[in-house]
Amino acid sequence: MPDLTSNCAAIVSPNPFWLASAPPTNSGAQIMRAFDAGWGGAVWKTLGQPIQNVSSRFGAIRWKGASGVGFNNIELITDRPLETNFREIAEVKKRFPKNAVIVSLMVETREEWKEIIARSIDAGADGLELNFGCPHGMCERGMGSAVGQEPKVNERITSWAREFSTIPVLVKLTPNVGDIRPHGLAAKRGGAHGVSLINTIKSIIGVDLDRMVPMPRVGGASTNGGYCGAAVRPIALHMVAALAREPGFGIPISGIGGITNWRDAVEFMVLGAANVQVCTEVMLRGYRIVEDMIEGTSSWMRERGFQRLDDFIGSAVPAYTEWGDLDLNYETVAKIDASTCIGCQLCMVACHDGAHQCIHPSPDPAVRVPVVDEAECVGCNLCQIVCPVPGCIDLVPVENGFSPATWNDHVHGGAALRPKKGAH
Amino acid sequence: MEPLPEDRAEAVFEDYKLPYGDAQAVVEATRCLYCFDAPCIKACPTGIDIPEFIRKIATGNVEGSARTIFSSNILGMSCARVCPVEVLCVGDCVYNHLEVPPIQIGRLQRYATDKAYAAGWRFFEAGPDTGRSVGLIGAGPASLAAAHELRRMGHRVVIYERRDVLGGLNSTGVAPYKMKSDRALDEVAWVLGIGGVEVRTGVRVPEDVSYDALERAHDAVFIGVGLGADRLLALPGADLAGVRGAVAWIEEMKLGPTVAPRRAVVIGGGNTAVDAVRELVGVGVAEVTLAYRGDESRMSGYAHEWDAAKKSGVRALWSATPTAFLPGPGGAVAGVRFTRPDGVVDVPADLVLLAIGQEKLGDRFAALDGITIDGGTIVVSTGGATGRPRWYAGGDCANGGKEVVNAVAEGRDAARAIHLALTGGS
Repeated sequence: MPDLTSNCAAIVSPNPFWLASAPPTNSGAQIMRAFDAGWGGAVWKTLGQPIQNVSSRFGAIRWKGASGVGFNNIELITDRPLETNFREIAEVKKRFPKNAVIVSLMVETREEWKEIIARSIDAGADGLELNFGCPHGMCERGMGSAVGQEPKVNERITSWAREFSTIPVLVKLTPNVGDIRPHGLAAKRGGAHGVSLINTIKSIIGVDLDRMVPMPRVGGASTNGGYCGAAVRPIALHMVAALAREPGFGIPISGIGGITNWRDAVEFMVLGAANVQVCTEVMLRGYRIVEDMIEGTSSWMRERGFQRLDDFIGSAVPAYTEWGDLDLNYETVAKIDASTCIGCQLCMVACHDGAHQCIHPSPDPAVRVPVVDEAECVGCNLCQIVCPVPGCIDLVPVENGFSPATWNDHVHGGAALRPKKGAH
Repeated sequence: MEPLPEDRAEAVFEDYKLPYGDAQAVVEATRCLYCFDAPCIKACPTGIDIPEFIRKIATGNVEGSARTIFSSNILGMSCARVCPVEVLCVGDCVYNHLEVPPIQIGRLQRYATDKAYAAGWRFFEAGPDTGRSVGLIGAGPASLAAAHELRRMGHRVVIYERRDVLGGLNSTGVAPYKMKSDRALDEVAWVLGIGGVEVRTGVRVPEDVSYDALERAHDAVFIGVGLGADRLLALPGADLAGVRGAVAWIEEMKLGPTVAPRRAVVIGGGNTAVDAVRELVGVGVAEVTLAYRGDESRMSGYAHEWDAAKKSGVRALWSATPTAFLPGPGGAVAGVRFTRPDGVVDVPADLVLLAIGQEKLGDRFAALDGITIDGGTIVVSTGGATGRPRWYAGGDCANGGKEVVNAVAEGRDAARAIHLALTGGS
């Protein structure tokens, strides 16, 4: 059995699956149920000056029958008394000493940071997460993403936390920036032991067309919220990988953003995350999803011969490179397996209308399997993406006689490029 | 039209394919792959753009969905219920090749078209008057589709129907677990709602209105008379009470009350026979036997329908050739004598339905120069043109007896051909 024990910035948990700071970690009773279900750790719903929330708070994208493919919220940090939260943190740690409890924090002044950090440590927290990410409500008060978007403020507050804390400090970053790297580096300069990302993306989830009010609707109005759920995963994966491959960064990353299952979690880890945090999928389906995350990850590790998480964390980072370093002479063409093709011709219409017009009807009108004009096929993948039959369309490498050559090789060294296809 | 009586025997039947609710429809519509140049469209005689109407259900644009259906098939509401989708659109759904359940196209079409009827959405209006007039013989699906199309193009239309009930077999012949006669009449009213269609019922052609009179009154004539009476068997005992044609019995059961006998035999192996046995079970006949001269593999009735009949408790007697109807007390039938490979068998019955085909009506038009009849069926070329100028035909009288959806396609296409002929292609 592979060892799933996780160590993220010296915060140790029985597995790499943490609940992100959010409604599922609002109370001790919830977190204890989550730990019973198998979660390795939990980041407590952000503590600060308790706030007053609105109704309603959540919105979701429904797509092809599934609700919550994309999700957003305008809920703020904890609305419960701090004393209650700290008492419950202590109870959770007492009952679950091996599970990691990380306390998310968001306050304004140096004194407030000093006090709330001390109280968190006294309650038994295993780590702190500084919420520099919330993109709605709190940022209007100078906190959350208002901090995360200013590297100097980020660095200063992080350094306060380091000064006051005896336990590991993670900085939670906002994706509402042009380039994540300066913000990760600012946290590092401030002394963070690690970062967690991404927080939610500033968004309007939709509009109530009957009332002409954006959603989620609060009476006759709404506001921008934080976007999350499966749809944001590509953005999160990029930001995690961008920091993981950044020279001089080198501190642990707790990956967050649209993780729904073990495969998503593993993708984050091979792109450099030491562990992952999950919220939306738990909000939609409950704590029970962790069982499959543990099993699926374990099975995958066994198949690949990995004994522990460090055997694969960051494995795909070296393959994430600049466009200019991609091999322009690598050539693929689409092959359609006639024996499994069901004749829907979605590849044909997609290629004709959305790609390079190289998939055509069979010359035999009785045959619905389309034909690929390989001389024109640019190997773009669109046909494979729209094909409903697993494995029916494959992109097969072509031996074209050209040595590998990147754009940089070509520009700087005059490397020969193969003739362009489909560019007439 | 007179309202239908309330005590119709067909009232006891429930739909065997239940209508979709909103959630079911969206879930099913969402599964559709939205194929390009989709096989289901090609399998539909009226060529409804099925992936498009299904996508519109999934997006909540049900009115647009109904518009897509009715643009190709103005009788889309009844076709949704009565089409043998298993051998048409649904049978050609690409999901069959993936061993995934095919999209329930008929039920989705019913969902969209029922919504249109309930909401009163109308999509078509009569075109500006062309001053041309077309006479349609018969008020079945072919003529209704033709009449609607001709009105859209502004031609005047007169329908001549020998019965009092409009709608043809949709009203008098469709199995009531698919559609009852009142729903068929809803559709007639909806189609005629385009306005300007003159309907003359109780009128026989040529007995009451001669061919000459039709030619004088109209610029073109469309023959959509369907099929005639049940074929009967000239066997001993054929005159006994209780020996009936199946189509005649079905019409009686659909339009009025009926007395269920205790035991019934249906002779035949086609779709009328299969419908009849299921209907007999439905109205309460305790013992129902289908007797066919061939074996199960030779039946022309659809396998999926026969499977349903078997599940309802119908017995089968294969390789059975009837030789006599057996008399009982008071001149009523008491059974049927069959010859089988292993000898003679008598099957008791108080009702014997003959489902061995219907009279072909083409010969009624043989007197018209230029019209060619082949085995009782009117010979037509593309667009329903007969060999006589200005005379067109479509539906069962011209195709030998097919589905409602074929009649709709042929009526619609004949209307377009008539329009071209009358206007020179404008």
